[in-house]
Amino acid sequence: MILSIASGKGGTGKTLIAANIAISVGGNIQLLDCDVEEPNLHLLLHPKVVSEETVYSMVPSVNEELCDHCGRCSSFCSYKALFVTPMKILVFPELCHGCGGCILACPKKAINEGKRIVGVLKRGYKNSIELIYGELKIRERMTTLLIREVKKHISRDEKDVIIDAPPGASCPMVEAVRGSDFCILVTEPTPFGLYDLRIAIQVLRSMDIPFGVVINRAGIGDEKVYDYCRENEIPILLEIPYQRRIAELYSMSIPFSLKIPEWREKFKVLLDEARRLIGK
Amino acid sequence: MKQITILSGKGGAGKTTLTAAFTILAERIVVADCDVDAPNLHMLLHPEVIEKQEFRGSMIARIDNTKCRRCGLCREKCRFDAISEDFKVDPFSCEGCGVCTLVCPVNAISLDERIAGYVYLSKIKSGFMVHAMLNPGEANSGKLVAIVRQNAVMLAERENIDIILIDGPPGIGCPAISSVVDVDIGLIITEPTISGFHDLKRVLLLLKHFDIPSLVCINMYDINYNNTDKIVEFCRENDIEVIGRIPFNPEVTKAMIDGKTIVEYSPESDAAKEIERIWGRILSILV
Repeated sequence: MILSIASGKGGTGKTLIAANIAISVGGNIQLLDCDVEEPNLHLLLHPKVVSEETVYSMVPSVNEELCDHCGRCSSFCSYKALFVTPMKILVFPELCHGCGGCILACPKKAINEGKRIVGVLKRGYKNSIELIYGELKIRERMTTLLIREVKKHISRDEKDVIIDAPPGASCPMVEAVRGSDFCILVTEPTPFGLYDLRIAIQVLRSMDIPFGVVINRAGIGDEKVYDYCRENEIPILLEIPYQRRIAELYSMSIPFSLKIPEWREKFKVLLDEARRLIGK
Repeated sequence: MKQITILSGKGGAGKTTLTAAFTILAERIVVADCDVDAPNLHMLLHPEVIEKQEFRGSMIARIDNTKCRRCGLCREKCRFDAISEDFKVDPFSCEGCGVCTLVCPVNAISLDERIAGYVYLSKIKSGFMVHAMLNPGEANSGKLVAIVRQNAVMLAERENIDIILIDGPPGIGCPAISSVVDVDIGLIITEPTISGFHDLKRVLLLLKHFDIPSLVCINMYDINYNNTDKIVEFCRENDIEVIGRIPFNPEVTKAMIDGKTIVEYSPESDAAKEIERIWGRILSILV
């Protein structure tokens, strides 16, 4: 099963739940940290990193000797990454999405495929838990490209795969959850939590991904998230109460099921429940 | 005119809580909610919308099935895997680059505009607010952030307002970059957790890259004194001002449930007092 963990609102506990599930199951599980802008899962798992690779995006590399400044590349480019003057051609790599259209549009074959670094991809292990995560290069905008690279490493074996998605409800979140069999939406019982949960639900519905909700920091707010889930027949799979002990452990990057072992059974049940809901 | 962006790297650190409180404390301000895919600021500031604009994001490819000969060139050349085996365009993958229109030998593919969200210009008690709503699942939030900010500048100029306060998105990618370029100060709100500290360092690098002076504020500093000390020490070593330390206070969540900012709901609370002090300090830095 490919299980993604997402939320509209940031800081609701996606990473914490991903880490706790993996630890509770114990092994033979793969974790993908797709929050490549701010990956945190490795901070909770302390994996031994075994490999590291640089991820590139295609950018145009112009051969000025062949270029006659006709401007077809810049008029084609949807992202304004090329600017052509009668004498010179300028490339703005940070605007380039790497579609390769300029190469195809150029009648003089003056544009070749260059590359720029988008980030790094790391693979590591904590016992038999495999963790793959991306780290977006500072000032880089191509978040989704790096997420796609991380997801290319999804295990082909029969093991469970858990995807830690970035917050929000736009393209990076979509890229992270697409193709998953089930999605756990993590929220907190507050007005912000509910508002952003509803946005995330709209995304999952439009993508036909089945989902359930985990309520973190239960007890800090009001009942409206519960009412909403009940009225819309959305399963609440688990509640994690707001407890100082859990918050303190989190602040030290310690997944609480390591120190409060009774929780391991609950996280195993959470995974089983997701499996049951999709009939796997 | 001065612009200040509140950022955090890590989500849920308190950006919106702080932005809303500053907005209430300000005499006259334009506030911009640049967390366009999960905006929450309106829930505390209750803006009265005076203008709504359509946001046209990227284009999307459309295949005319009557012309398509299923040669597969579009599938081969698309670098975003946006065309399925049965020649349907996946709206979530299509980046609107137009490569498919270029390679199609029978001109069966065209690009359509898509309405990707809305921008709102609104009135609030202390001035104006610009906010937006990206349609769920859409791309191009960076472009929408840029439009929100252009509108904020336009309003500030028209209404003669000196300060634009920007509630930024989490992360350090496209929308975060769009919300910090050319601002006067980046205020990073963090929490004393190892993850919060890790994410803070990445945002600081981003601000440094764009030559934007940074300030750091530690929220819920009392949940882990040890980590708070580490953050303070790190900031001292890097010559970054720690502008404030806000204590954990359950009143902040109660205020949110009541649809209010902490400075309205519980003005005498330790958290509200500290936020008021921080705002005073920001004003003295800005002028």
